[in-house]
Amino acid sequence: MGQGLLQIGLTLCIVIAITPVLGRYIARVFLGERTILDRVMNPIERSVYVISGVRPKDEMTGWQYIRAILYTNLFMGILVYSLIYFQRLLPWNPNGLGVPSWDIVLHTVISFVTNTDQQHYAGETTLSYFSQVAALGFLMFTSAATGLAVGIAFIRGLTGRKLGNFYVDLTRGITRILLPISVIGAIALVLLGVPQTIGETLTITTLEGGTQYIARGPVASFEMIKMLGENGGGFFAANSAHPFENPNGLTNLIETIAMIAIPAAMIYTYGVFAKNIKQAWLLFWMVFIVFVILVWVAAGGELQGNPLVNGTLGIEQPNLEGKEVRFGWAETALWAVMTTATMCGAVNGMHDSLMPQGLFATLFNLFLQIIWGGQGTGTAYLFIYLILTVFLTGLMVGRTPEIFGRKIEKREIVLASLILLIHPIVVLIPSAIALAYPFSLSGISNPSFHGISQVVYEYASASANNGSGLEGLTDNSLWWNLSTSLSILTGRYVPIIAMLLLADSMSRKQTVPQTPGTLKTDSLIFTTVTAGIVLILGVLTFFPVLALGPIAEGFKLASGS
Amino acid sequence: MSFIREILRAIRITLIFWLVTAIIYPLAILVVGQGLFPIQANGSIMENIEGTPIGSTLISQVFTSEKYFHSRPSAVRYSQGRKAKPTGISGGSNLAPSNPALLERIIEEANQLRDENVQPIADLIYSSGSGLDPHISVQAARQQLERVARARGVQPDEILLAINKFTDGRFLGIFGEPGVNVLRLNYALDLQDINRQQN
Repeated sequence: MGQGLLQIGLTLCIVIAITPVLGRYIARVFLGERTILDRVMNPIERSVYVISGVRPKDEMTGWQYIRAILYTNLFMGILVYSLIYFQRLLPWNPNGLGVPSWDIVLHTVISFVTNTDQQHYAGETTLSYFSQVAALGFLMFTSAATGLAVGIAFIRGLTGRKLGNFYVDLTRGITRILLPISVIGAIALVLLGVPQTIGETLTITTLEGGTQYIARGPVASFEMIKMLGENGGGFFAANSAHPFENPNGLTNLIETIAMIAIPAAMIYTYGVFAKNIKQAWLLFWMVFIVFVILVWVAAGGELQGNPLVNGTLGIEQPNLEGKEVRFGWAETALWAVMTTATMCGAVNGMHDSLMPQGLFATLFNLFLQIIWGGQGTGTAYLFIYLILTVFLTGLMVGRTPEIFGRKIEKREIVLASLILLIHPIVVLIPSAIALAYPFSLSGISNPSFHGISQVVYEYASASANNGSGLEGLTDNSLWWNLSTSLSILTGRYVPIIAMLLLADSMSRKQTVPQTPGTLKTDSLIFTTVTAGIVLILGVLTFFPVLALGPIAEGFKLASGS
Repeated sequence: MSFIREILRAIRITLIFWLVTAIIYPLAILVVGQGLFPIQANGSIMENIEGTPIGSTLISQVFTSEKYFHSRPSAVRYSQGRKAKPTGISGGSNLAPSNPALLERIIEEANQLRDENVQPIADLIYSSGSGLDPHISVQAARQQLERVARARGVQPDEILLAINKFTDGRFLGIFGEPGVNVLRLNYALDLQDINRQQN
């Protein structure tokens, strides 16, 4: 047990150590200051701007920024849809895979364009290497960079700057952050055993004379951006539990750090933009504390093990169902909580077989969306809660609410409420419909309370753009492909549009001078109140579902039936 | 007019980044990987003395014979047999802890292990996440030691040495869990047998 907690603790120490370094770097990149990659990247970026006809000095308004996102995302979707649709005619298809059905291709494209990477297919049996790398791998970069750009534009608006230029932000996100780290990381992963080959599935005769099919492919390049960009869509069906995606303790550490590095650093990046590092750390610790509690809950459940199994066999063993020996209960629990917290969605153990405590922690993350939160967008969600807290506390003391010296008015509150309401709407309503037809629609594979969790988890993961799942669910059906596509699209673009409009209107406001009566948002007490409001809002909306799913399952297991 | 210009800009930037991230980046990693680390880049394939591939050091196999250490239970039969054909498969059982089917399966496995005089250790009763787990825990290997030694007619001490040799430790002694690589261990024992017969 001590060894497991030591691993978790040290991993988190590394996260804390790199947060200010990476956060400052991201801020410098997007503030246009000098960075170490200038000499290589400046000429490359200049040619990108020239070829694409982007004038980097042009500032965009909120709607221009939104349109640029929607047009690029739409075109990327069309491009990738055709690449997968014609995979039979395209190169790098050594296993000769044909065309998947239209609804699974549509769901896959929507899911990867939006950084969700929910998968209703098995990678090794469905997609050619070209489809994996040149279609989905491409979206892993652009969707992550899009999220990053939105986060940065939001921070700019909030701190009174102009929103910037989407194409410049997209370009710099890829050339300065995602691509360089991915290149280094991918080479390290190959060295540590992750394959990078275009050779076909290897058929071998085992020691006992059986025939084994060893699926391979260009995994390393895919794996690194999958983790770094909070994408999470696995090359293989088993995702990062597959020994070819994640062969040992060191690759697991690299992938864990890659997964959380940018979402954690973005909070610090905000501090640099706002010239208020103190507030950044306060928010960082607020998120960190909730995160550690959730890890504690999940890890405790796995370590204790399954009371039914332990009771029947008379043993005291951790729950290793769906887990790999090389990771054990500790690394799997940490990963499970982190992957749902950061909206990555990769798994190194099967979430369907997690104990109810682990399911509680993962669902909790998917509901709140701010315990780190998605690439870029998570930080924006955090500030939406901050704005709401300012508004509520302002109401309590009867003063016009203001944040960063700008008044919060009706428009801002309407947009903030919209952002926070969309999520429960597109999670709970389709869940209710699916649960109303348990046999024809839901595809539940595990009986009783766990079945409810399976359905709700799928929609929560879709709307939060996470992508992990309780994979026992029979989700490759017309209903699941189309209904989750809708949740994914709404859960991604409506909040992004509202966030950018909100940032736009904040950036246009006159600043009001600080007085002794101004509510300070960088104090411990304000941060504590924010945490309280986050938890109350989240719990009020989603507690009934948590009670019906993991909490009920937990009690059932504890009672030994 | 400006609408068309915006669309064209979106299309051009998409194509540029498609070229960079979808073609150049994976190809560069492919060239570096195949050039510098060809063994890992091709899937850490293990060959026998004749040079025929017998598996991957990162993926275990189904073992049922007494003379081999047995792998963990797998929901995909270690990507062997008809279901895995032709591309290979992976994945876990996805059984919930509260699912009666899980308990049934585990009781059956535990009974079988007890018949073989092996304690039901967690990694031997629970199936792995990938269905391909290359490892069993050190404890699970020790439990099977006696059976393997008997079937091969060698001293347990000799096999214990092999177990230690093929135990992959934690990274820096901290991260991950130690595990015994089943395929490498079993193949090494086969090689020892061949050497012994030749002497």
